[in-house]
Amino acid sequence: MSSNVHSPGAAAAAVSGRPGRALARAAGALVGGPMLWRLASVALFCLTWEVAGRIPVSYAFPTFGATAAAFAAMVADGSLPAAFAVTLLPLVIGVTLSAVLGVGIGVLMGLRRGAEWIAAPVFIVLQAAPMAALIPLVTFVYGIGLTSKVLAVCLLALPVIALNGYKAVRNVNPSLLAMARSFLASPWQRVVRIILPDASPVIFAGLRLGVSAGFIGVILAELLITPTGIGDLITYHRSIANYAEMYASIASIIVFSAVTLAVLQTVEVALFRPEKKGT
Amino acid sequence: MGAVRRIDAARAGRPGPATADPIVQVRGITKRYGSTEALKDVDVDVPRGKLTTLLGPSGCGKTTLLKIVAGLLDATAGEVLVNGKPISGPGPERAFVFQDFALMPWATVITNVAFGLEMRGVPKAERLETARHCIREVGLAGFEDRYPHELSGGMRQRVGLARALAVSADVLLLDEPFSAVDEQTRRKFQEDLLRLRHQENKTFLFVTHSIEEAVYLSDAIVMLSRRPGRVNRIIEPAIDRSGSPDEIRRDRHYLDTVEEIWHSLRDFVE
Amino acid sequence: MTLFGVRVPMMASLILWCVLWEIVGRLDLIFLVPPFTAVLAAAWELVNTGTFQRATVTTLWAFFVGMGFAIAVGVPVGLLMGRVPAADRLLGMWVNVFVSAPLSALVPVLMILLGMGETTVVATVFLFAVWIIVLDTRAGVQHVPASLLEMARSYGAGRWRTLTRIVILSALPEILAGIRLGMIRGVKGVVIGQLLISIIGYGELFELYSRNFLMEQFWALTILLFAFAMLVAEGVGMLEKKIEYYAGVRQ
Repeated sequence: MSSNVHSPGAAAAAVSGRPGRALARAAGALVGGPMLWRLASVALFCLTWEVAGRIPVSYAFPTFGATAAAFAAMVADGSLPAAFAVTLLPLVIGVTLSAVLGVGIGVLMGLRRGAEWIAAPVFIVLQAAPMAALIPLVTFVYGIGLTSKVLAVCLLALPVIALNGYKAVRNVNPSLLAMARSFLASPWQRVVRIILPDASPVIFAGLRLGVSAGFIGVILAELLITPTGIGDLITYHRSIANYAEMYASIASIIVFSAVTLAVLQTVEVALFRPEKKGT
Repeated sequence: MGAVRRIDAARAGRPGPATADPIVQVRGITKRYGSTEALKDVDVDVPRGKLTTLLGPSGCGKTTLLKIVAGLLDATAGEVLVNGKPISGPGPERAFVFQDFALMPWATVITNVAFGLEMRGVPKAERLETARHCIREVGLAGFEDRYPHELSGGMRQRVGLARALAVSADVLLLDEPFSAVDEQTRRKFQEDLLRLRHQENKTFLFVTHSIEEAVYLSDAIVMLSRRPGRVNRIIEPAIDRSGSPDEIRRDRHYLDTVEEIWHSLRDFVE
Repeated sequence: MTLFGVRVPMMASLILWCVLWEIVGRLDLIFLVPPFTAVLAAAWELVNTGTFQRATVTTLWAFFVGMGFAIAVGVPVGLLMGRVPAADRLLGMWVNVFVSAPLSALVPVLMILLGMGETTVVATVFLFAVWIIVLDTRAGVQHVPASLLEMARSYGAGRWRTLTRIVILSALPEILAGIRLGMIRGVKGVVIGQLLISIIGYGELFELYSRNFLMEQFWALTILLFAFAMLVAEGVGMLEKKIEYYAGVRQ
């Protein structure tokens, strides 16, 4: 995950020239590394967890084995899948909304000076700001239902998606733009054939950051305001001191988000990066 | 011998040679960036069907001048005429070859080459046919479906050249096309360019900072002085190109011309 | 980057948004949105109250201690990962998972392990900030030009001096970028941690205001927080600009 895709300012360029590239590299290390190393890495993590649980570091720190067993039990009795379904619905709605709106606004800000002047500062502020503070406010207006959760997701996901779209378009390779102009591309052709394809890696990086922020938002909303889904599982098992179940819920949502992001990247490469296939 | 015909612009009073049939006429071009003057009152005539080179030290504004001719930059003052008509931007009669190739990394070679035709609304079958022909022309047959990152620097620039050939423009504008290419490839490329120039009845306007390259390729060399760039003088190295490339490079006349240009450029190098 | 030249007038549009806020507030359409001037007045009052000052001290303390730990751990780990391939392969996967993981889910764990106090907030800040610092430091180390490393070797620099005189200095732009992004995440972490614990610092105040529908105070606190977040980001951003000149040369 790159730094610069997340940064609102000029320093983005200092990191790797083009935003998104560091992200692609990081993911490459994640996916492309030798299988053996990854297995060793996972094994080491589980072993450390197990040992820490055996010591134990805290009465509230279950071993890896106990957590895995709790996970299996929760999958078997259906409580975990049900909680996932409840959590994922607002996440999917919120991220979809944010993606459509965010990419639209972001690209518009990148293309139009007027839109940039009006909207970019707002998104720069929102992206750097702790938007989580506004989640209690959302509950006022929309209660503790689905709408609140969707809004919580949008609050966290929209700014980063919009800002990435904006930066992606503003950082399009000027040489390609000159090329399109010299070969008589119309403004529309320039947008569709040059700007959007060249900006798409950073736009997709923004979408992944948005998904990641959306996960944070939906969990936060469930912990803070609406006791449902994974958040409820965490709170409930904590309240009755079922620590293995609590850890299993947390670990499962973290692993799930990591897998989701990896899948999104694979899909992106498969659908939109013909030049990267098989390399 | 004295076969170097030259018109000393400064002494002649009015710069620029009176070419019988200029396809591109640069008239009094001045370009300022803020307070720095990149070009000052430049007049150049580019003769039809010839290869003209803009030569000068870095920072003399030769690329700026080429981009103004291409319509990619606006001049502060002066005008550019192509086929007698003033230009107001890029046009179908000019095609540009970029120093950094400017290939779309997400598109295959053939899509890149067909890009200009696509922008002109040429139907798909026809533009692919033309693109395929041009790819063969630059010696890249068999690489149509590769992506730019799979090609070497020299091959990428051939794609850039094929793209410019595909739109069948009268004037090809080449901005230091070989500067990102190694020396061996560069020489091969220069030979190909000479061959192309004889096959295709096109005008080439070429920017380089290599004296050898300029003398080897050009019918006319426009020498620009250091900032602000202005036409220092114009040399027409009438090199006999009937021999093999190696013979040309050993030719006394070729070597003398290179030497002469170096002496006159030396004053600009601290 | 022309951004700096553009930014000054661009940020001016925020004034326009504030005016719009004021108008919406004056129209009294939604009780959630009090006039902007009323919020500013509330902010002024708030700043002068003892509760706010105490909450600020608590929050800043948690933020800076958490950031201190994040930098103290993140930079060395990043250096290690950048220099030692085995460490990179073992840790890389987990750093990549945690940098984009929903860390808000981990706060309940911290609450039971570390108690409902400031330690948990410090740990939240640390967890939010550390991963991006590791990743950026690692990227910076890997971008150190090979020729610089060879130069150091050929002039007889040992491992330690190569690290201190070449690697860290060359990676400094990326390290600072990582710290800036870490700080932005840290601010989010401190707020999320306090909101979830809800009995200390700003979290307590947020809880108080939203329970009692004190909208002016709520927004005042939000604006102060946002301003703090921007200030932190801009502060490190300025430090970055100072060393950007050689980052540009290096490329």
